[in-house]
Amino acid sequence: MTSNMQSRAVLRTYPYWFYLPAAIVFGVFFLVPTGLSFYFSLTRWSLFDATFIGFDNYITFLEDPMLMSGLRNTVIYAVLTMGLKVIIALPLAMLLTSIIRLKGLLRSILFFPTLVSTIAIGITFAALMQPSAGLINTVLGSLGLPQPDWLGNPRLALYSVALVDVWRGIGIATVIFIAGISSIPQDYFEVARLEGGTWVKFRHVILPLCRNATFTVILLAFIGGLRSFDLIWAMTRGGPGFASDVLTSVIFKEYQAGFYGLSTAGNVVLFILVTIIIYPLMRFFNRMEIEL
Amino acid sequence: MKKVQMLYKTLYTFCLIGLLAACTPQATATTAPATNTRAEASDTSEPATSDSTTEAPTEAPITLSLLGAANENDAMMIEALTNAYMELHPNVTFEIEVAAAGGTEVDNLVKTRLATGEMNDIFYYNSGSLLQALHPVESLVDFSREPFVDNIAESFLPAVSQDGGIFGVPVGFASAGGVLYNKKVYEQLELSVPKTWDEFAANNNKLKEAGIPPVLQTYGDSWTAQLFVLADNYNVTQAYPDFAEDYTNNEAKYAAIPEAMAGFTHLQEGFTNDWWQKDYATTTFEQGLEMLADGQVAQYPMLTQVMPTVATNWPDKVNDIGFFAQPGTDATKNGATLWMPLAFYVPQTSSHIDEAKDFLAFVASTDGTDAISAVVTPAGPYLIKGAKLPDTVLPFVNDLNGYIDSGNAYPALEFLSPIKGPNLEQFCVAVGSGQMTAEEAAEAYDKDVEKQAQQLGLPGW
Repeated sequence: MTSNMQSRAVLRTYPYWFYLPAAIVFGVFFLVPTGLSFYFSLTRWSLFDATFIGFDNYITFLEDPMLMSGLRNTVIYAVLTMGLKVIIALPLAMLLTSIIRLKGLLRSILFFPTLVSTIAIGITFAALMQPSAGLINTVLGSLGLPQPDWLGNPRLALYSVALVDVWRGIGIATVIFIAGISSIPQDYFEVARLEGGTWVKFRHVILPLCRNATFTVILLAFIGGLRSFDLIWAMTRGGPGFASDVLTSVIFKEYQAGFYGLSTAGNVVLFILVTIIIYPLMRFFNRMEIEL
Repeated sequence: MKKVQMLYKTLYTFCLIGLLAACTPQATATTAPATNTRAEASDTSEPATSDSTTEAPTEAPITLSLLGAANENDAMMIEALTNAYMELHPNVTFEIEVAAAGGTEVDNLVKTRLATGEMNDIFYYNSGSLLQALHPVESLVDFSREPFVDNIAESFLPAVSQDGGIFGVPVGFASAGGVLYNKKVYEQLELSVPKTWDEFAANNNKLKEAGIPPVLQTYGDSWTAQLFVLADNYNVTQAYPDFAEDYTNNEAKYAAIPEAMAGFTHLQEGFTNDWWQKDYATTTFEQGLEMLADGQVAQYPMLTQVMPTVATNWPDKVNDIGFFAQPGTDATKNGATLWMPLAFYVPQTSSHIDEAKDFLAFVASTDGTDAISAVVTPAGPYLIKGAKLPDTVLPFVNDLNGYIDSGNAYPALEFLSPIKGPNLEQFCVAVGSGQMTAEEAAEAYDKDVEKQAQQLGLPGW
């Protein structure tokens, strides 16, 4: 009787045991560190010892005179890169799903920047954007155009980096759009072809029926923009001065300075901020999603 | 399509979680070993007090691991020392590890290794405020009772001391912060070395008229922007003798004291008067050195410790470069701000503490300094007693020794106070490129300093 009950209990619970390996990995590498980071954000932590100081780190972080400009730059950077990626990638995806020659080659070329290391991209573009000897300004100069100091001018630096970010990220966005367009049933295109030309196809078929892909691109690009760090660091280190500082580079500099507790608090703030912005957006998009 | 949506959602979730996870691997790695370091500290305190280090170590083969320098010239000095020592002690071999990157990356490498108890037997690191952040009393071997400490110049000891302990042995030369200038350009325009800021400004006007950019700024490597502020400490101290002490005790602020703010004001003046060369915002340090050596610019606010690089890269031009102290307000009170060399330290977790000490005794001897002189161009005076420089030295070394011999030299603030705000270089770039005024930067820097003081747990903050 008891063995029967036992075996029934085993039968009832055994599917859950298959979750265990994943749960352990998730717990050890994600849940525990996340919990620890909340704790360490409340301490003055020097790697040698950690003193509990309550919310002082959060107060210091939020009072940082450079935080506001960092926050503003983060939002500008995220919105700009996200917007440009959507605006540029969608027509590109249309082009690359239409019947043109060398489609495969063009798709590969477009996707290539995504495969290159971000740091390498940053270093390369920093050299290309060098004000007097860089390739970009040499070309502009030979055409008689003005030669801006792309990374040295405090008013331009953030936008220059954002442009490079768009170049790097356009491949992923286009691929998502291509997937979205490919999943639209051919019947719609047939109707569009009968009703009118490319504009009808774009306005009344692709734009509405690609909505899921558009939302995905917007969300991924926006999250990516908010937490973008590597490219900015490789190209300007947040400079000149604080001109292209974003939240993540402010946090990284605090970490470099040895303010481990403070930078952890900064990360928690970033986490909360991204969640506050992204969560409602995600809910909204989910409600608007369509079934094909 | 449902499945694809699930995939998207999973992607977002991972993106979000990645944000937090990014900052935490250190958390798990370092909490436990922090206690280890202290446990081992008590184990190793005995050999530190036993006074047996002057005897030759046992003849069994020994390998000492050493965390060396990122910079080529420093690496040459370290190699000169280890090679000379290995000749005297054939049983000892060194395993020199190169700290791949400079600056704050090395800071974090050193801190992490000390905290996890994985530091090399000997490591090469800054003296002064950066050392103070390593909690030397808890992590490093105290040399204060070692006989070799008597060979070290007293002026150096405060830079490696904390709570009565002495933790470092200087490697190489003292240097100064001020202005490196191209003597050929000065001769051409018949300029003389300025002793006051007004004379400096007058020189700059003449240089501009002659079409030579007067002052080189290299914000491509932002640390170089700090010189006008840091090298002004001699002048600050002339006007306010207790500045370092009051600053450490939270009683003196840059924004409140015009003499302390002067460094920031100078940067602002340089920007408004257009003293900088073209492309100053992106020029890098190495490019700058070449421009100075070529005479494309006249003056570079810099540390003399960069001169060995010039001697190595442009040996035919190094004699054209001289040094003068940062001009102040009073010509009769002109003097240079001094920088202490980096030093060797031994972590308490090393398993070869006695052997490491024996090596450091060699470094702190004239045999050690002779070994360096044989390989590297001396860039300033040694801080080892009795050490001699070669008879002929480069012109800038004579300029520097002129200030030291006449007693017109005083250490930089980072060797007098444990606090240095980490964002000073960005504030300097911001002022030097016209994004902030001197007042704004001084105020913001005072806040930066406060953060550092709190992190160090200093009283009164």
